[in-house]
Amino acid sequence: MKSYDIVIVGGGPAGLAAAISATNAGCGSCLILERDRELGGILNQCIHNGFGLHTFKEELTGPEYASRYIERAMELGIEYRLGTMVIDISKDLVVTAINREDGCFTIPAKAVILAMGCRERPRGALNIPGYRPAGIFSAGTAQRLVNMEGYLPGKKIVILGSGDIGLIMARRMTLEGASVECVAELMPYSGGLKRNIVQCLDDYGIPLLLSHTVTDIAGRDRVEGVTIAQVDEHMKPVAGTEVYYECDTLMLSTGLIPENELSRAAGVEMNPVTNGPLVSETFETSIPGIFACGNVLHVHDLVDFVSEEAQSAGRYAAEHVRHNTGEKTAEPVTVSAHGGARYTVPNTVNVKKINAPLTIRFRVDNVYKDAGIDVYLDDERVLHLKKRILAPGEMEQVTLRKEWLQSKQDLRNIRVCVERE
Amino acid sequence: MEKRELICIGCPMGCMLEVTLDNGDVVSVEGNTCKMGDTYARKEVTNPTRIVTSTVVVDGGTSTRLPVKTACDVPKSAIFDVMEQINRTHVNSPVKIGEVVIANTAGTGVDVIATRSVS
Repeated sequence: MKSYDIVIVGGGPAGLAAAISATNAGCGSCLILERDRELGGILNQCIHNGFGLHTFKEELTGPEYASRYIERAMELGIEYRLGTMVIDISKDLVVTAINREDGCFTIPAKAVILAMGCRERPRGALNIPGYRPAGIFSAGTAQRLVNMEGYLPGKKIVILGSGDIGLIMARRMTLEGASVECVAELMPYSGGLKRNIVQCLDDYGIPLLLSHTVTDIAGRDRVEGVTIAQVDEHMKPVAGTEVYYECDTLMLSTGLIPENELSRAAGVEMNPVTNGPLVSETFETSIPGIFACGNVLHVHDLVDFVSEEAQSAGRYAAEHVRHNTGEKTAEPVTVSAHGGARYTVPNTVNVKKINAPLTIRFRVDNVYKDAGIDVYLDDERVLHLKKRILAPGEMEQVTLRKEWLQSKQDLRNIRVCVERE
Repeated sequence: MEKRELICIGCPMGCMLEVTLDNGDVVSVEGNTCKMGDTYARKEVTNPTRIVTSTVVVDGGTSTRLPVKTACDVPKSAIFDVMEQINRTHVNSPVKIGEVVIANTAGTGVDVIATRSVS
């Protein structure tokens, strides 16, 4: 099959933004491979509003946000294949894919952008005892059933996990006439955005039970109820606190995992904290010519930042195609997370090569009140930001001026630290 | 003087707001980082509003459900009336994004519009 300058795996927000930006940066041929029946990815089922405030300065729904990028991609004549699943990426950048028309085929590329997104943590990963009755859904699956296929998964719902999709679904099910009994969250804080707790739970009087989990699922053929218990500081259920909730549906919103089977099989080095690839400031992985962006790299809470990140990745991939000399650049500077910071993206920086301010994104490991974000270049603190509140559910970022980085002699390490004041 | 604490839903930052009220009148809003927070706080304590999003049945198209939203925010008290009307609505394809699906929904003066195109 025909070869392309850049092959993009995934036609969601990351893949679309990367393709558009690569094309704008002069990339002659870009191909998006998408396994679903249409472009737009998960945005198509996120019919609620709240997208695009950063990018477009207006509040859009998921499908509206996606359509802006799809239209732009069509104007630019970017090629795409639907119903097409990538099954392998080789180290020398040959992409193997399958679909109903062409069967199994290979596409040689000069760069590959990983934009596969993430998927939901399933029940099997949660160790909840009980039978396997109908009526247990991951929140995202339920969202697709309600918003795209037109099915109501149940009438009396309990939600485990307070991730954003779970909160959004609590409101959605309530609006569709179902009764949402409660949202139980294992951690002592919510995994979702504060605004979603206000407008999805508080608005409808749905209780959020922090430090609670489901300890049993009743029902053999269909869910009949669940038992919810309080957990102690070690997240172990506390005997005597069990409460039985009658319900026909249990929804799970217990975390998202970057979908990196292809990356791992290709031999891309991974970050065990994010379950995404380790990348440089150009979003290039450990394999030259393979780039990663969006939720496959690390799970974002805002699509706006996915688009922004993918836009950079697309531009750098186009640059790679144009200027790839195969030369090894100077030993890069490492970026690392300390204190309450769990990880950073990127993980390395070629300080001499950067031509724009460096954005470092990260998440914290706990709720911090009146904390500070510090950035050190080796031993010198160059940035200190006071924060009233930091929470694991909200991604943080710092921007470093390139002059700071380039004026520092023999810089070896950039450290991002979060500490209580 | 009465003080009320709110979390701004204007954007995902979720600023913590403190509204000072005197006999139901807003005296001050603190804690917001942009104008949206001020507007939200004033509205929230006097006449809270929300954008409603849902789907309507679409016949003869590439998909069976059309996502819709209220073109702007409607009073919170009208949400279930709006939903009731949305649930009774069927449209025929093709539909273009932005097209009015229900005019003046539930007497709010606000239209319900399509948020994607269906061919």
